[in-house]
Amino acid sequence: MLAIDILIQGFIQGSIYALIALGLTLVYGLLRILHVAHASLFTLGGYLGVLITNATGSLFLALILAMITVGFVGMLSYRILYRPLLSQPPLIALIASIGIFIASEEIFRIIFGPFSISYVSAPLQNQIEILPGISMSEARIMVVVLAFVLLLGVNWLSRRTRLGIATRATVIDPDMAMSSGVNVDVIRYSIFFIGSAFAAAAGVMVSLLNNLVEPTMGAVPSYKALAIIVLGGLGSVRGALIASLLLGIIETFGTIYLDDLLDRDSIAFAFLILVLMIRPKGIFSKG
Amino acid sequence: MAYEMIVLTNMLIAILFAQSLNLITGFCGQVSLGHAAFLGIGAYTSAMLTKAGWPLAATFIPAMVIAGMIGMIVGAASLRVRHDFLAITTMGVSFLFTGIIRKQDMLGGEMGIAGIPAAYGGRVGLLLMTLCLTILFIIIMIYVKRSWMGYVFESIAEDEDTAGVLGIDVRRFKLFAFVLGTAGAGLAGALYAHQVRFIGPDSFGFVESVTVLSMVIVGGIGSIWGVTIAAALLSVMPQFFQVIDDYKLLVYGMLLFFAMRFMPDGLGGLAKRFRQNRNPDSSSERSQA
Repeated sequence: MLAIDILIQGFIQGSIYALIALGLTLVYGLLRILHVAHASLFTLGGYLGVLITNATGSLFLALILAMITVGFVGMLSYRILYRPLLSQPPLIALIASIGIFIASEEIFRIIFGPFSISYVSAPLQNQIEILPGISMSEARIMVVVLAFVLLLGVNWLSRRTRLGIATRATVIDPDMAMSSGVNVDVIRYSIFFIGSAFAAAAGVMVSLLNNLVEPTMGAVPSYKALAIIVLGGLGSVRGALIASLLLGIIETFGTIYLDDLLDRDSIAFAFLILVLMIRPKGIFSKG
Repeated sequence: MAYEMIVLTNMLIAILFAQSLNLITGFCGQVSLGHAAFLGIGAYTSAMLTKAGWPLAATFIPAMVIAGMIGMIVGAASLRVRHDFLAITTMGVSFLFTGIIRKQDMLGGEMGIAGIPAAYGGRVGLLLMTLCLTILFIIIMIYVKRSWMGYVFESIAEDEDTAGVLGIDVRRFKLFAFVLGTAGAGLAGALYAHQVRFIGPDSFGFVESVTVLSMVIVGGIGSIWGVTIAAALLSVMPQFFQVIDDYKLLVYGMLLFFAMRFMPDGLGGLAKRFRQNRNPDSSSERSQA
């Protein structure tokens, strides 16, 4: 029973990583930039989720509003942060992004206060028995379901819509796409909107699972999501998703069996380094 | 006077630490987001030894050797990955280091090591020692940059495939840059441990790695004087900002962003452009990695 419990726990963790990593990997695919400030949007999503739920009493409304607002903030971040730096080496954008991320933690602390904020009455806390002997809170089930719905949505978007086809074309060859009449800038804005909205959804989910948000909640996901997209082979959406689930599960097992040796965050990176030594371009890279 | 001496010593250690990264990232073009781990290795090595009764000066060699040896392992591993993959791998090293330290009771675990003995000669002694070692390291850097090895590093930073075609043993020189750079960080760590006299896993985390990388980049990748000035300014900045201590990270983060936005090639690049504007004939353009 214990093994199954851990597996489910890891799966939930992996679903959250997947939601965060998706936006990162899309941005990397388009711009070849490691978007560290993505985690600020995750934190912002968490705060909006808690504050709007507390104000209106509706988690659903909070989730939608958080996703839309953060989506627009994401577009703004592209406009002021990355667009002027596109002609520079990627390292410059990376450092600028880290700078924004560090500053944002401080901004959250100044605006929302240094202490954590919780739900007035935490929604979705009923336990449901999903298998004989194993029960999960509704919140956890919702995390997994939401992750799958959103990811299936993106899959549909990328295969069946003009935006998706144009995005894939831009990822493969921006110049060619541009000369075929794709407005590359519109694609980039849309991807920032979608990726940031997903990060917000992940933020709301994490706030629900922990029943609190705090200014530094983005720190660990930001770096771990970078590890995930590297593991998945930078820019590969499918790779990132599989790597998210894999890491979620490995980490959960690791915290139980390797606790004397390594802490939780270093397990992820130990695994990352190990994989990169065997496959220097990620698990799912070609060749 | 004591306060000024502490600030000055901190500044010199920061310069030494930033220069050691400048060798890897600046000269050789290998981005490292985990350099603070080597500061930590030097600091822990030196602190353990002085607590066991060694004089501080005698711990410099072991601190450098151990940091350099682990740097060689990390460097050898880094040979397999490039660019963004390298950045993330070295970031992983940073997290791995703090993760391992946290779980080692021998090294103080979460609590860190307290009660590190003072250096011989107290604050003045430490300041003088730091000053000499920093100047020595900068001289070595200038020497390396002007030697044929400096040109080899530069060619690797610019285009390592072409450098390989020209018959340069790219792997060997990258490894050498890693060993020398991490040994320098180990030395800085030994000094740092005896400056603050208390070290813990959090002193060598990812933020510290980013801080030192930002010193190198704000200074202008590969520019010895640019990096020296940037390290000096960025390390004493928090002291001047005591009044706004609450907003320190905000100011710091925005500074990084604006530095990248408006002078992406750093102070060194700014100075070069200024010189070229005044004297357009001597345009010895050296592209930045």
